[in-house]
Amino acid sequence: MTEHLPALQVVIPLMAAPLCALLRPGRIAWMLAMTACTLCLLIAALLLERVLAEGVISYAMGNWPAPWGIEYRIDTVNAYMLLLVTMIGAVVMAFARPTLEQRAHLSKRKQPWFYTTYLLCLTGLLGMIITGDAFNVFVFLEISSLSSYVLISIGRDRRALTAAYQYLIMGTIGATFILIGIGFLYVMTGTLNMLDLAARLPAVADTRTVRAAFAFLTIGISLKLALFPLHLWLPNAYAYAPSAVTAFLAATATKVAIYVMLRFFFTIFGAQFSFETMGLDAILLPLALAGIFSASVVAIFQTNVKRMLAYSSVAQIGYMILGISLVSVTGLTATISHLFNHALMKGTLFMALGCVSYQIGAVRLDRLAGIGRTMPWTMGAFVIGGLSLIGVPLTAGFVSKWLLILGALERGWWPVALLVLLTSLLAVIYIWRVVEVAYFRPAPEDRKIGEAPLVLLIPTWTLALANLYFGLDTSLNAGVARLAAQSLLGVTQ
Amino acid sequence: MVTALAVIRLRDLFAVIMLFGIYSLLSASLFVVLDAVDVAFTEASVGAGIATVFMLGTLALTKSREKIPAAHKQVLPLLAVLGTGAVLIYGTSDIPYYGDPSNPIHHHVAPRYLEGSATEIGVPNVVSAVLASYRGYDTLGETTVVFTAAIGVLVLIGGARRPHSEESPRSDPKQELMKQYSILRLITKLLLPLILLFALYVQFHGDFGPGGGFQAGVIFAAGFVLYALVYGLDQARQIMPPWLLRIGISLGVLIYAGVGVAGILLGGAFLDYGVLDPHDPMHGQHLGIFLVELGVGITVSAVMISIFYAFAGRGR
Repeated sequence: MTEHLPALQVVIPLMAAPLCALLRPGRIAWMLAMTACTLCLLIAALLLERVLAEGVISYAMGNWPAPWGIEYRIDTVNAYMLLLVTMIGAVVMAFARPTLEQRAHLSKRKQPWFYTTYLLCLTGLLGMIITGDAFNVFVFLEISSLSSYVLISIGRDRRALTAAYQYLIMGTIGATFILIGIGFLYVMTGTLNMLDLAARLPAVADTRTVRAAFAFLTIGISLKLALFPLHLWLPNAYAYAPSAVTAFLAATATKVAIYVMLRFFFTIFGAQFSFETMGLDAILLPLALAGIFSASVVAIFQTNVKRMLAYSSVAQIGYMILGISLVSVTGLTATISHLFNHALMKGTLFMALGCVSYQIGAVRLDRLAGIGRTMPWTMGAFVIGGLSLIGVPLTAGFVSKWLLILGALERGWWPVALLVLLTSLLAVIYIWRVVEVAYFRPAPEDRKIGEAPLVLLIPTWTLALANLYFGLDTSLNAGVARLAAQSLLGVTQ
Repeated sequence: MVTALAVIRLRDLFAVIMLFGIYSLLSASLFVVLDAVDVAFTEASVGAGIATVFMLGTLALTKSREKIPAAHKQVLPLLAVLGTGAVLIYGTSDIPYYGDPSNPIHHHVAPRYLEGSATEIGVPNVVSAVLASYRGYDTLGETTVVFTAAIGVLVLIGGARRPHSEESPRSDPKQELMKQYSILRLITKLLLPLILLFALYVQFHGDFGPGGGFQAGVIFAAGFVLYALVYGLDQARQIMPPWLLRIGISLGVLIYAGVGVAGILLGGAFLDYGVLDPHDPMHGQHLGIFLVELGVGITVSAVMISIFYAFAGRGR
């Protein structure tokens, strides 16, 4: 059975989703969904272990050999990503149930459908990561995109509908561009398999069609990962979606898009074509820096804390793109490491905010006065996530910032390194604003609120502690990340 | 492509939808000219058929005149569109000529599809062989996309159940009017069995000629939508109750993925139809393709009818 793990990784949530849609009441559907998520996490852990021990795993769907059939190909990079996404998927699934059931946030009839959509989104993300086939990426991208539009607009907040619509338009343009890019590649090479593409592309690399394909893929993927200035859909979508959805999407969706970018640039086109021939780093570097700087500044002036964190996400995506534009093992390690670390910190922060809105029903900054004392555990988790976001030593966030600065200095780009430090100070400002209000401003007299229930605190603290753990034990988020970066660049030790 | 320009200029949304239908039909003819019969079939049934019905359904809920938006910045979108068009033309200028036998697409994977599908799968329609078997996993993904869309529509607009509409079967004035069109009613009755029969033919004959689960599901749903339009939603609901549809939506995906899992349990890979019949792999392939196409057909038709119910049920 173990040789079928790659297929099961995606098929389990895929089959659990339609089953969930049939189950009533919501709690039974949740149990099934939770089981599926846990199984996924287990499979991902087993797969990573096997990849590290034995090398690349290849699985032929329908037993058709690679360029004819669809191949699942798991190396260090995507095994690492699978673990990241399934981990967040399982933790947030545990977190989601109480937030949906509370005050009939979602009517009883709709609850099973929420779990169905969530599982579909997970299926789509996992399918994009695990596959070795360029068109298959697009198919699963569609599953994850469609389901995330639904997830964003599923709550009671009517503003989420407009936000989801905006995201739908931008996302569809992005997906269409990606499809055009893949189509161009197919016309020039006659294949859709990633490795096969990589082998056959150099022969036709110097054609306008391949260059146009590259341009379409770059813009399409950049839309999906919310690269500045294509990020405009993100803040509203994250701010108005239900808390659990924001936590899940913020920690996974853009990360998977960045993974897809890495795959196309490094595995399919190859670093030499992407960066030396097309000069991609010259475009990515200024956009990354502008994104980091402007989004951090905008975040400082937000009054809705969820929106503030959403802008902070745009800035963090900038750090990851910055790592790519360094085109070095250290830079890429920083990117891959930050994918993981950022998922941990944003997951923690958004889940802590979810606890807050569960208790007081709002996340506006002025409503948070004094909750540091009434909700010590929730705000404790928020502070840990915030420290990690800033990049304080002994937290996960420090690991990737450190690698990023190292990578910049390696290339001799000390102004870039300086800017990374400077923008971390901006993060200090916006996190501090929340901490100040929560701890140093007195709570309104008439408000009686207590700590969030344990069912919410346990998942939140699981991620919060993970921030601390991975700040100390960096074998996964720096060690494996380095191996992944080396395999992408084709460097052997 | 004059229609596309007309679509942009017109403000009357009803005419726009009709033009969309024509546009789809023209594209379908274009696909036929390019020898992509299966794609043309899909475009004709989905683009010109069911999509038009859905758009009309949306129109029934809103107004049929487009509000003229306040003149906001139109320069940036225009630049983006022009840029995209320029890159597309730039990119296609190097594309190998259509129909040139030396094209890379004819030399790499395609030969095996063309030669192998007769001996490895035994299905005359190569498109079906590629869709359902060689790249069957993509088709499972596409079926899941359709499933996701249905769940999305159900969650967002089909959610609120209106109890009063079930308690009092009040007579809809539109419905009363409809009753007077006896010719329309008669023709619908005559056409319906033919449409459904044609859908089944497309479903089960997909191995041999153009067609398959997607197109069949859409045609089946279209027949049903026609019935609901003429005889009223309540009567359609009695024949095809929503709970049955809800099972159908999930069932199709489960059948498809279930066939895949059966492949694993019988000792092959996921979606390996060859092992379904241990004595005759070719028969196994047939069986597998038959079952997954059935799954696709069930999900697609159930999804289309549910989406129609969701739209139509909201208009009252």
